[in-house]
Amino acid sequence: MINTQDILETIKMIRQENLDIRTVTMGISLLDCIDSDIDKACNKVYDKITRLAENHVKVSENIEKRYGIPIINKRISVTPIAFLAGATSSNPVKLALALERAADTTGVNFIGGYGALVHKGFSVGDKALIESIPEALSITSKVCSSVNIGSTHAGINMDAVRLMGEIIIKAAEATADNSCFGAAKIVVFCNAVEDNPFMAGAFHGTGEPDCVINVGVSGPGVVRSAVQKLPNADIGEIAECIKRTAFKITRMGQLVGTEAAKALGIPFGIVDLSLAPTPAVGDSVAYILEEIGLEKCGAYGTTAALALLNDAVKKGGVMASSQVGGLSGAFIPVSEDAGMIEAVKAGALSLEKLEAMTAVCSVGLDMVVVPGDTPADIISAIIADEAAIGMVNNKTTAVRVIPAIGMKEGDILEFGGLFGSGPVMSVNRFSPKKFIERGGRIPAPLQSLKN
Amino acid sequence: MRAIITVTGRDTVGILAKVTAICAEANVNVADVSQTIMQDIFVMVMLADISKSNIEFTELSDRLKICGREMALEIHVMHEDIFNSMHRI
Repeated sequence: MINTQDILETIKMIRQENLDIRTVTMGISLLDCIDSDIDKACNKVYDKITRLAENHVKVSENIEKRYGIPIINKRISVTPIAFLAGATSSNPVKLALALERAADTTGVNFIGGYGALVHKGFSVGDKALIESIPEALSITSKVCSSVNIGSTHAGINMDAVRLMGEIIIKAAEATADNSCFGAAKIVVFCNAVEDNPFMAGAFHGTGEPDCVINVGVSGPGVVRSAVQKLPNADIGEIAECIKRTAFKITRMGQLVGTEAAKALGIPFGIVDLSLAPTPAVGDSVAYILEEIGLEKCGAYGTTAALALLNDAVKKGGVMASSQVGGLSGAFIPVSEDAGMIEAVKAGALSLEKLEAMTAVCSVGLDMVVVPGDTPADIISAIIADEAAIGMVNNKTTAVRVIPAIGMKEGDILEFGGLFGSGPVMSVNRFSPKKFIERGGRIPAPLQSLKN
Repeated sequence: MRAIITVTGRDTVGILAKVTAICAEANVNVADVSQTIMQDIFVMVMLADISKSNIEFTELSDRLKICGREMALEIHVMHEDIFNSMHRI
């Protein structure tokens, strides 16, 4: 019989330390739904998603009961909608409505992929789609959007960077009466991955199979509690402890993913090895860093501690899963992490420190609330800086900032639920206007002579 | 197919009897039982064979959960695979 201690450890992880499967995400290709008549395209999109994802939620709920493990979100990611928008001259917002309808019918929490890949330039449909994002996100509630504006191989499309600064402000303004939530559903990527199960940045890449199941795990609370048991251990022992814990967390994700794929009769894609926090007290990445030995997240030493944490999570996770992918790393979303929120309120954590932290972990400036009067060019420049970190370091970086319309530094923007609440952070007001207005493309970086 | 049933809470009369009665009704064979007191909390772990069960796994889980609520205990039923995959390589 299985060891009683192991059984009780698993139950404690789930009941007391908030261990859960953050998401089971079904990736669906919509390439066969392209049509020059947008109404036909909408019908094809709706039909295909509802056909393939008909049992998605039910299967996940059965797995939840069978293994006693909560699956917080069931989601769908689709081919970037710009591919469909390119075939038609009509307003692509109709496609967003079709996605929303499909999400309602299937019962999923979110559907991602209302976006475009423009890292080297805009093709037909890309601009129209990007410009429709604020409207699309204000008239839907489950649709999420992501735009890839740079990559290590292509450089950074500065025209897209400039455009996205404006789009983020417009999306916040269009949803000003709803906590500026539109901006929380847009992610701007550099080196976007094709199999990410996490929102708002999930989309189904063109290199993926027709339909696939990807899983994202969570478990900062479990890691923190494991580290807590080692008050006098040296850093090597801490890394080892995190690795072992990450192994267990990821094994559970692997089990759930393979079971879901089997039950739905579609291939299993990847487990995303992530530490995704929630606003629940105890389920925080910042608290792990503080447990390792920092007074507050954001203190000097935070970047090093995070690098250690991120690496140990991957090492433990890789061993536990047959296929690893997605964003894979510790997430540091400010509003979704009780410890990060406290650190910002206490003045320990600044936007600059967060930027440094993104160089060593997944995935970028995430759920950061900035003052509502922040000019678009400053938001564009924040995107450019973050994209440069990703481009040069061969990693995915992203920006999800929310301009809190009508609010100023120190105010709190409440989202509720998994999205938490974000303190409005201070932004450096010196102008990057001229740099952003130049447009063009930052050339791809040299891949040798690395020093 | 086997499931692990765990019962935690205050020790009272008839816990084992009630849980095994629900199992018997569902034609679930209890293969092994171990119980301990950990820091004043009663912990019982049962290994149950559910391959011949006459009800769905989720139904069994619901019935035991209701029974747990009535006795102010926490009862979880989980497929053994989750423990095997988490704790064994």
